[in-house]
Amino acid sequence: MADRVASHGTSGGAAAPDVTKRDFLMLTTAAFTAVGVGAVAWPFIASLAPSRDVLALSSTDVDISPIAVGQAVTVMWRGKPVFVRHRTAEEIVNARTTPLGELKDPATDESRVQRAPWLVVVGICTHLGCVPLGQKPTDPKGDYNGWFCPCHGSHYDNSARIRKGPAPTNLVVPEYTFVTDQSIRIG
Amino acid sequence: MANGLHDSQVSNPVLRWIDQRLPVVTMIQKEYGVFPTPRNFNYFWNFGALAMITLMIMIASGIFLAMNYTPHTSMAFDSVERIMRDVNYGWLIRYAHMNGASMFFIVIYIHIFRGLYYGSYKAPRELLWMLGVTIFLLMMATAFMGYVLPWGQMSFWGATVITNLFSAIPLIGPEVVTWLWGGFSVDNPTLNRFFSLHYLMPFMIVGVVFLHVAALHITGSNNPLGIEPKGPQDTLPFHPYYTIKDSVGIVVYFAVFAALVFFAPNYLGHPDNYIPANPLVTPAHIVPEWYFLPFYAILRAVPDKLGGVVLMGGSIMILFVLPWLDTSKVRSMRFRPFTRVLFLLWTVNFFVLMWVGAKPAEQPYVLISQISTMFYFAYFLVVLPLMGRIERPLPLPESISRAVLGMKASLGGGPIPGTATAKPMEKA
Repeated sequence: MADRVASHGTSGGAAAPDVTKRDFLMLTTAAFTAVGVGAVAWPFIASLAPSRDVLALSSTDVDISPIAVGQAVTVMWRGKPVFVRHRTAEEIVNARTTPLGELKDPATDESRVQRAPWLVVVGICTHLGCVPLGQKPTDPKGDYNGWFCPCHGSHYDNSARIRKGPAPTNLVVPEYTFVTDQSIRIG
Repeated sequence: MANGLHDSQVSNPVLRWIDQRLPVVTMIQKEYGVFPTPRNFNYFWNFGALAMITLMIMIASGIFLAMNYTPHTSMAFDSVERIMRDVNYGWLIRYAHMNGASMFFIVIYIHIFRGLYYGSYKAPRELLWMLGVTIFLLMMATAFMGYVLPWGQMSFWGATVITNLFSAIPLIGPEVVTWLWGGFSVDNPTLNRFFSLHYLMPFMIVGVVFLHVAALHITGSNNPLGIEPKGPQDTLPFHPYYTIKDSVGIVVYFAVFAALVFFAPNYLGHPDNYIPANPLVTPAHIVPEWYFLPFYAILRAVPDKLGGVVLMGGSIMILFVLPWLDTSKVRSMRFRPFTRVLFLLWTVNFFVLMWVGAKPAEQPYVLISQISTMFYFAYFLVVLPLMGRIERPLPLPESISRAVLGMKASLGGGPIPGTATAKPMEKA
């Protein structure tokens, strides 16, 4: 490449001989190129993020009026199963009288439900992602009468908290609200 | 080197390790760093680089569109609308791809114009030229199939018209068309295979572009004077002179591209393609995209079906043999004053063909298209063979540096400092 031109004496300022106009130009060009590359790359990368129609499906309304006491339903939300259980009084008591010291992932039942009879949790085992059994009356419910994951033997209780087995945390409680007494909006 | 490594001169140790085993760094330095390039390029020589950039943009935008597009007749149109409305920046990627296709043809037509005007197709660059025509054909096939994918009215009916052309083949024509369609009309099998081929062909184009550039680097570039460089005083290293000049060209190119994409994204398109394809309703005027119009005009100019197909194909195939049709020993039109006028008329005629291709097949447009078609072919078949023999060209300059720098400076004297001459080539 052609020789670097040292700054002329007439250029004013105290430019040291080893910092030249060319250095400034190269640096600003490189900076603008970096910004330009980022600006071009961003729409492509962003296009992979969930699109508007996927985000629109990110809320699911559930009609809970047909769910009898002791019954549970499974609904799809964001592509995942969500367990909605209408708990019996006995199940609620069991959940609330468990000493926190016994829990691998301590959490009170009160902190996991908005209204005591209604437990809403994402039905994906926190170990490696299988769907635990326990929604149907004929399903095995594990040693704590909640849910049992057949893949590696995790047991969940009446508040869907992990009690025994390899799962590290309780079943996730998603964001939900009671739109009316008969309807829950998840997400 | 003794142990089977390339003798690399690269200073950085990591890069040298790579270069010793696969001399990519050495290759880049040779082909795009010091490569001796004629010093008298004008901006017409930017368009090859612009074409390469357009190809990269089309591949990138196309790959991301393919992540959201569904190639089934029941879902194609809606999937494109979903890209426009729901996918983040989907509208931008789609418009970039759509207008990028037009930009690609604008760039390539100017690139071809340069080749025709300055005689870049002449010896020893005949193969380079033919590889270029091959790329042009691949581009047209790719663009045609791509336009079918949104499954609008023009997509469907354009596909129907163009695939029906093959029925003109004697004896086997109708069977060929059934085979192309994968059915008895343009339908789902056609759409699916067009999607697969449309994804494939750009990569074939990449391969032929590689050959095209490789061939160029053997013969070296042509230049506006059409005379070969005689030594290092006639050339400049590609970097930094032409990397910078190409950068300027790229900025202007992006400005034009951005103006289209952001301010007039549907200007070059046809509104009918926003109507979902309907096999029972033919649009009033079926028109291909603007870049196909000249060839469409030639097709329609001939009253005979097979004749039209043959002439349309011939209008591009004739470019392959151009190096042998043009008998002039002089490359650049700058020194062929009479032929130059005829060539410029041919260029105007190309635009006339483009204009008339969009018109309905009625008089006076039919007669205009026929005269224009005849002039298109006459230039290649009559003018060029003849003019080479009967025209007296202007005297060629002695050398590039003489013409660019003037007599005094090209001999090494004069006020121009030594850094204006190129770095001497280390290797022959």
